[in-house]
Amino acid sequence: MITYELLQQYWWLLVSLLGALVVFLMFVQGANTQIFTLGRTEEERALIVNSTGRKWEFTFTTLVTFGGAFFASFPLFYSTSFGGAYWVWMLILFSFVLQAVSYEFQSKLGNLLGKNTYRWFLVLNGVLGPVLLGTAVGTFFHGANFVVNKDVMTDQIAPAISQWTTGWHGLEAVTNPWNVVLGLVVFFLSRVLGDLYMLNNIVDATLSPRIRRQVLTDSVAFLVLFLSFAGHLLTMDGWAVDANTGMVSMEAYKYLHNFLALPAVLVLFLVGVVLVLVGIARTVFSSTYVRGIWFAGIGAVLAVWSLLLIAGLNNTAYYPSLADAQSSLTLANSCSSEFTLTAMSVVSLAIPFVLAYIAYAWYSIDRKSLTKEELQENDHTY
Amino acid sequence: MTFLQATDPAVLDWSRAQFALTACYHWLFVPLTLGLALVMAIMETIYYRTGDEFWKTTTQFWQKLFGINFAIGVATGIILEFEFGTNWSNYSWFVGDIFGAPLAIEGVFAFFMESTFIALMFFGWGKISKGFHLASTWLTGFGATLSAWWILVANSWMQHPTGMNFNPDTVRNEMMDFFAVAFQSFAVNKFLHTVSSAWLLGSTFVVAVSCWYLLRNRNIKMATQSIKVASLVGFISAIITAGTGDASGVDIANHQPMKLAVAEGLKDGECGACFTVVPGVKVPYALSLIAFKDPNCFVPGENDILYKGYTNHKGEEVIPATQKMEHGKKALAAFKEYREHRKTNPEKAAVARKTFEENKAYFGYGYIEKVEDLVPNRGLMFWSFRIMVGTGFALILVMALLWWFGRKGKLQHMRWLLHVGLWSLLLTYAAQQAGWIVAEVGRQPWAIQDLLPVSAAVSSLSVHNVQITFALFFIVFTALLIAELRIMFKAINKHEQE
Repeated sequence: MITYELLQQYWWLLVSLLGALVVFLMFVQGANTQIFTLGRTEEERALIVNSTGRKWEFTFTTLVTFGGAFFASFPLFYSTSFGGAYWVWMLILFSFVLQAVSYEFQSKLGNLLGKNTYRWFLVLNGVLGPVLLGTAVGTFFHGANFVVNKDVMTDQIAPAISQWTTGWHGLEAVTNPWNVVLGLVVFFLSRVLGDLYMLNNIVDATLSPRIRRQVLTDSVAFLVLFLSFAGHLLTMDGWAVDANTGMVSMEAYKYLHNFLALPAVLVLFLVGVVLVLVGIARTVFSSTYVRGIWFAGIGAVLAVWSLLLIAGLNNTAYYPSLADAQSSLTLANSCSSEFTLTAMSVVSLAIPFVLAYIAYAWYSIDRKSLTKEELQENDHTY
Repeated sequence: MTFLQATDPAVLDWSRAQFALTACYHWLFVPLTLGLALVMAIMETIYYRTGDEFWKTTTQFWQKLFGINFAIGVATGIILEFEFGTNWSNYSWFVGDIFGAPLAIEGVFAFFMESTFIALMFFGWGKISKGFHLASTWLTGFGATLSAWWILVANSWMQHPTGMNFNPDTVRNEMMDFFAVAFQSFAVNKFLHTVSSAWLLGSTFVVAVSCWYLLRNRNIKMATQSIKVASLVGFISAIITAGTGDASGVDIANHQPMKLAVAEGLKDGECGACFTVVPGVKVPYALSLIAFKDPNCFVPGENDILYKGYTNHKGEEVIPATQKMEHGKKALAAFKEYREHRKTNPEKAAVARKTFEENKAYFGYGYIEKVEDLVPNRGLMFWSFRIMVGTGFALILVMALLWWFGRKGKLQHMRWLLHVGLWSLLLTYAAQQAGWIVAEVGRQPWAIQDLLPVSAAVSSLSVHNVQITFALFFIVFTALLIAELRIMFKAINKHEQE
């Protein structure tokens, strides 16, 4: 029996999966932060840019789709977080705007700002994208400063239903160090994935060994940060929702409880973490192994997916309010109507078809690794 | 804990300005993407069928320009989707149940198709088969067009909301009929009108660049052959644009009478209304004919809509806006009472609910402060409409002439026509922008026609936040536009095909 509650959970599963895919696909951003550090000659930098340049649109499109799906399924989040944490989202978007033109424009004559400026835009997006998205997701666990009052729409002046309670409009999230830690976790994860992707995608006698060494450095930073965040998450209090009354209250070890209550999600998490570790270890302990991205990429998707799932499932407020706990957003109070969720669920049945043609297209252009020779032959290089 | 804070009118103005700025910039690039996609797909099809390398090189040249334009189109587009949340947060909740769906579908189906196949189109030459490459080029264009479909479905719903019901318990409109939202005639006409006008722009672009080459005696074969293809596509597109524009006019006359009245400068309604070509030049009966396909039909003017009321072409009485506002205030008061009593006093709540339902049709009018606020900017509407229509008709003629003389092989010697072809590109851009001004300014003060005014849709932000982002968008988009134009000009100037 498909109930309204089940539809809400289904859509949380989908939106979380899209969020996890965005985090994985930010290997593009992670690699781009290293254009000037890993790439020491113009040729090497061109290799990095052209390697990520064939994938950036998937990251961008997945981010846009994540936004659209969140809007369609949980519109109160869209209005509350985007309208309130204005500056966080605007900075993320600005960095993606700059990224979108930087590939195409950087090597073209007459580009106004010069090649290096556009490459620095890619670096900027590479840093801001993961750090800010990670910090924003941190507020899913640590709360944000807003109140929601739908009754205001009964007033003729119709003030906004969702009001942010600080003038910093989202930037205040950095005052909770754990939000920043999560931002850095995502940042270093994107770098690890970026390194592993480049190792797989580029064949170059001098660049490839350098990338391999970088995997170790980035992985150490990632693992230290990730393990401390995981430890913090499993011991922290969380915002629980009473399924009958909708009342929100604090519960000790809430996220640990969520993992224990949802063993399948716990398995996802553990398998994800192990796969990431396997991907890293096999790459670090070999001088020829280039398939680490497959393990670490799939592992990252599973682990991030599980973390987003425990943020919202098992009667948890996924966007807690620090200003007024009862304003916190839950799956039930922020979702679309049953009709819309049903209609969109029917539409979602076609997603495997979309994934299939993406996989086929990706396979078609990636059969051969990228080399300096190909850059000289190909008509469309950045 | 309640924060009741009236929206600062300056926030509304700046939020509107920001949306207008980003939308206008976005629409500089999107129609070229849509239009050029079609023209280059046709050219690649010719290459596929004939095997003639000339057509491959020609296709690749237009594809290169397509790529430059596509990047900036994508860059300006991401902002628009998220702006519904960042700057129009009440809107996002109030109609998100309906409005979010087309945006999500656009992402899942259209954007992925576009971004997947564009990668194959650019990087697939020599790596995939000729047939698969051709399919990729067509699918890139198809993806872009599909994206246009869904976003225009969303926009049409703002012009003519349908298939939903307001739920006072959740304080939002909820979807009742997906197909009414996704396939209403307003959306079909708007889609055909917008996309055909984009094909026209893509064709005009190819024509203008080719005319420029011919005026300089360069790339003669590529330019003449490109004009042959593009002027025919442009001519057909211009005819479709005119036809669907006419159909859109009927939609507007039926559902947005104020938009029509202001676009025509019609203060008082008339039976057998004249169409004003420019002030002082009128065509008798033409407006009635355009609006309702009946030369004697009554077309309401501003005063009828606001103060007097009128009988519409179907013979139904339409009450004036002043009365609609009274009903709106009643609906709002009943809504408030219902919300206050729904959990504590079911009887009182039921009475309030009944009053609310009786007045619900005019609920949005409850938020309107003064009846004069219901009139969009008159001058902007009047002239934008004339620029759009006038240019549209002129382009039919220009495309027909270019096609005819191109076929006869005489174009190279007709420098005046080449100049016309070159400058028609600017006119087409002006028409595109004017068209969207008519559509969007003409809907004001509504974010969603008759349902939610922009003043009740805007986010709660202090004005300096929006001023800063406006300035940032203005600076960044303008810099990127200048960079794009310089890159385009250099790429065009450098190209030597024969």
